[in-house]
Amino acid sequence: MELFERLRNVAVVGAAGKMGSGISLLLAEQIAFAALEDRAGTHVLNLIDISDEGLLGLLRYIRAQAVKTAEKQINRLRRLYAERADLVENGEMVAEFVHEVMLHIRTGKTLELARDSHLVFEAAFERDELKIDIFRKLADMCGQSTFFLTNTSAIPIGFLSRESGLEGRVIGYHFYNPPAVQKLVELITPAHCSPGLVALASELATRLGKTIVPANDIAGFIGNGHFMRDGLHGLGEAERLAGEMGFVQAVWAVDRVSRDWLLRPMGIFQLIDYVGIDVFQLILSVMRRHIPAPELRSDLIDLLIELGVKGGQTSSGAQKDGFFRYEKGRPVAVYDPNRREYVPCEPEGWCRQVEEALGPHPDPSVSWKALGRDRDKDARLRAFFARVKESTTLGCDLARRYAAASRAAAEQLVAMGVAARPEDVNSVLTLGFFHLYGPINEYL
Amino acid sequence: MKALRKPVYLAAGAYTMSMGTGRKEFDPKKARPGLEHYIDEAVRAVLAQIANPDLVDEGVIANFMAARFNRQGNLASLLAAAHPALRYKPMVRVEGACGTGGLGLATGIKTVLADMADVVLVVGVEVQNTVKAVYGADILAGAGHYASQRKAGHAHFFPARFSDRAGAYFARYGAERTRQAMAAWYANAIANARLNPLAQEFHNTAPDLVKLGMSRPDPESFTEHLNFYDCSKVSDGAAAVLVCSEEGLARLGLGRDAAVQVAGYGQVVDDLVQAPPDLTALTTSRKAVEHALGQAGIGVGDVGVFEVHDCFTITGILAVEALGLAQPGEGPDLVLGGGIARNGEHPTNTSGGLIGYGHPTGASGVRMAVDLWKQLVGRAEGFQVPLAREYGLMISMGGDDKTVVAVALRK
Repeated sequence: MELFERLRNVAVVGAAGKMGSGISLLLAEQIAFAALEDRAGTHVLNLIDISDEGLLGLLRYIRAQAVKTAEKQINRLRRLYAERADLVENGEMVAEFVHEVMLHIRTGKTLELARDSHLVFEAAFERDELKIDIFRKLADMCGQSTFFLTNTSAIPIGFLSRESGLEGRVIGYHFYNPPAVQKLVELITPAHCSPGLVALASELATRLGKTIVPANDIAGFIGNGHFMRDGLHGLGEAERLAGEMGFVQAVWAVDRVSRDWLLRPMGIFQLIDYVGIDVFQLILSVMRRHIPAPELRSDLIDLLIELGVKGGQTSSGAQKDGFFRYEKGRPVAVYDPNRREYVPCEPEGWCRQVEEALGPHPDPSVSWKALGRDRDKDARLRAFFARVKESTTLGCDLARRYAAASRAAAEQLVAMGVAARPEDVNSVLTLGFFHLYGPINEYL
Repeated sequence: MKALRKPVYLAAGAYTMSMGTGRKEFDPKKARPGLEHYIDEAVRAVLAQIANPDLVDEGVIANFMAARFNRQGNLASLLAAAHPALRYKPMVRVEGACGTGGLGLATGIKTVLADMADVVLVVGVEVQNTVKAVYGADILAGAGHYASQRKAGHAHFFPARFSDRAGAYFARYGAERTRQAMAAWYANAIANARLNPLAQEFHNTAPDLVKLGMSRPDPESFTEHLNFYDCSKVSDGAAAVLVCSEEGLARLGLGRDAAVQVAGYGQVVDDLVQAPPDLTALTTSRKAVEHALGQAGIGVGDVGVFEVHDCFTITGILAVEALGLAQPGEGPDLVLGGGIARNGEHPTNTSGGLIGYGHPTGASGVRMAVDLWKQLVGRAEGFQVPLAREYGLMISMGGDDKTVVAVALRK
C-alpha cells in the first residue's frame, strides 16, 4: 500500500501528550493537504488518548497551529484553492484550510478507534509494559497490513515488536520536542523490519519536511544515548564541585558553563528540567534494563525524585520547578536537597561568587544566540574555543572537561554501533538538540 | 495649463509616529490605540501651532480602508471628534487607495481656490496593524480592481504586482544593476529614517543595509523579485496640515515664512480595470508631475527636494524616472550614484519615505507634504537638508499607478 493510501486512515495513540500532540498536528496538516490534493477518497485521523480534557486541549492546539501554518503557506493555499471560486481572500482560504484540518479528525478514548488505520503512531508514556500492552491490543484489532511507528526514545524496537507479536511491522520513529518544529526524526530500524515500512517511513519524513538520521536498535539510540551520558557528566561535575563551593553554587556553575562556555541553547540542568527529571530517571532505567550499563544511574537524580522534585512542563507548556525555579523561562533559584528548598540567586551574593570562581567568559559577544545566525559561525567557533583551550580559569577548565566527556559519549555510541558514523551523532545533536556544532569536532 | 487663480499656502504641518514592526514600542500581542488616537494627535499638533482653532473653516479626512481595517465608516464626522472647534463645520472624507493623502491635499486646495474656505484642515490617517499582513494583503488589494484581479492575484497582492514591474524592468534594462539600486534605495531610506525620531525604522541599527537589501527573494514564501526589505511596512499613523488662502494665513497669525505656497498640482487617474500600459514606467505619475510642473511654470531642475511614493524600492526607482530626474532605464544609475541621497543633487524622501518612515496608507500623501513644508521652511531639524533650490515636489500614488496627485510647493 502506497503512502497516500495509508494516509487515508491514520491513528495516533497518546495523542494528547507532549510528543503526541505535535505528531498529531503534523499528521492533521499533512492529511488536510493530502485531502486537498487527492479528492478521490476519504481521510481519517484518529486521535486517541485517555482523557477528554487532554483531547479537547489537543483540538484547540491543532486548530491554533493550523491557522499559523495556513498563514505561512498562503502561497501554496492560493494554488490549491485556485479552482474554488467561492474562496477569494487569503483570510477565506486560511479559514477553509483550518476547517479542512479539523474535518478529518476523530477523537476518542479507546484503541478501537485505530481498528481501520493503515498507519498507527504510538506516543504513549515511556514504559515497556504500557507500550507492549497497547501494541498487543492493536495487534489483535488492526489488519495484517497495518504499520506501527513508535516514538519511543529509548526502548529497543525489536524487543517491543517481539513482545507484542508485531515483528516486522514496527519501526522506531523518534521525533524531537516540539515535533512540529524540530527537523529531526531518528529512524530506528529493528532486525526483520518490513522493507515496505522502511521505505514508507522515509517517504513520510520527506513529506513532513523532516531529516532522518538512522540509529541502530540499541536502547537509548543516539539522542538519549548521548543525552543521558552528557547529563550524567554534568551531574558528576556538580557533585564534585559541591564539596568545594556548595551544592547550589555547583549546580549554577555547571549549568552556566554548559550553556555559555559550550554555546548551547540551555545549560545541562535546565535541559534536564525541560525534559523532566522523572523522564531522565526513567530513560536511565530503561537503558539499564536493555543494555549492560550499570553506570547509567545517578544518586542525585534518584534523591530529587524521592523529594518530589520532578521538572517537566505543565500542559500549557510552562516550565515546572526542577533543579531550578523559573521566572519567565529563566532560572532564578536552585533547589537545595539538604535544606529541601529553593535558594534564590543573589546577583550580588553567591551568584556573583560563582561568577568570580568561574572567571571571565572568554568572549561575551559569542553566544548560542549570536552565532546561530552568523554566516562565519565556523571561524568564530574556532576562535572562541581557541581561547577556551588556552585559558586557565575554572570556567574554561570545566568547559574543556565537558566537551571531552560529550565527545567520549559520542565516540562510545559509534563504537557500540548505535550510530553508524560520527556524522550521525553530530546531526542528532545539531538538529535535535539545536547545538551549534557536533560533539565530535576539531574545536576543542 | 491653467495657473492657480490665487495663492494657496500650506502651513502648521504635523504627523505622528509611524507605529508598527521596527518600533521598540510596538508589541503585536498588546492592544493598541485606534484611528481616533492618531487623528487626535495629528490634529492637536496642528491646532497647537495656531492661536485660535475656531478659525478652521472646513476639514478633509483622507483614509483608504478604515471600513475594513477598523470597521469604521462616517469618518468625516469622526474628524470632528478630534476637537470641539471642528463641530458643525463642513468635513469630507476622500479615498484614492495609497494616493488618498494626495487627494486630501487636492481637495483642500480646491476648496480654498473656490473661495469656500480660507483655512482647511487636511488630515490623513490609517491604522493597519489591526490585522496581520497576510490578511492586510486582502484589504489592500482593494487598491486594484478587486472583482477582476483578487482571485487570480498573488497572496501578497501588491508586492507581487510590483514584483512583476521589477521583473519587467530587469528584463528590459538589466537585473543586476537594478537589484543593486533597489538595495541602495533601501539603505538610503533607512539612513534617513534614523534621523527622524517619528520614523518606523528610527530604531533600525542593522550594520550592513545594502547586504540586507540584496537578500535573495523567496518566491515560495513571498514574491519572485522582491524581498521584505524592498517593501514598505504595515503602519499606523496620521498626518495633518492646514491649507490656507492668503487671508486665512494672515488671520491665523502665521507669517509667510512659516508657510509654503502651492505652486501647482496635478491630479490624474487612469482606468483601474486595465493593466498598466508599460510595466517599466509610471505613466500616470508622469502625467501628474507634468501637470504640477506646468502649472507652477517650472522644470524639475528648479526643484531642490523631493518626496516620492516608494511603497517598494522598485517604485522609488520608477518614480525618479517619472519625475524626469533620470531617463527611462537610468533611474538605477541616479540612485547608485548617490543622486537621491541627502547630500546628493536631488535629496529625496529625506525623513525616510514610505520604506523608512512607514506607510500608513491614507496618511502618506499628507505626511509627504508636511515633510516638504518642514524642509522648505527650515523646520526639519535632524533631517534638514541644505536647500539648493526653492521648490519641493511630491508624488502621492494610489494603486498600481492609478490615482496620482503631484504637488509642487514653493518656499
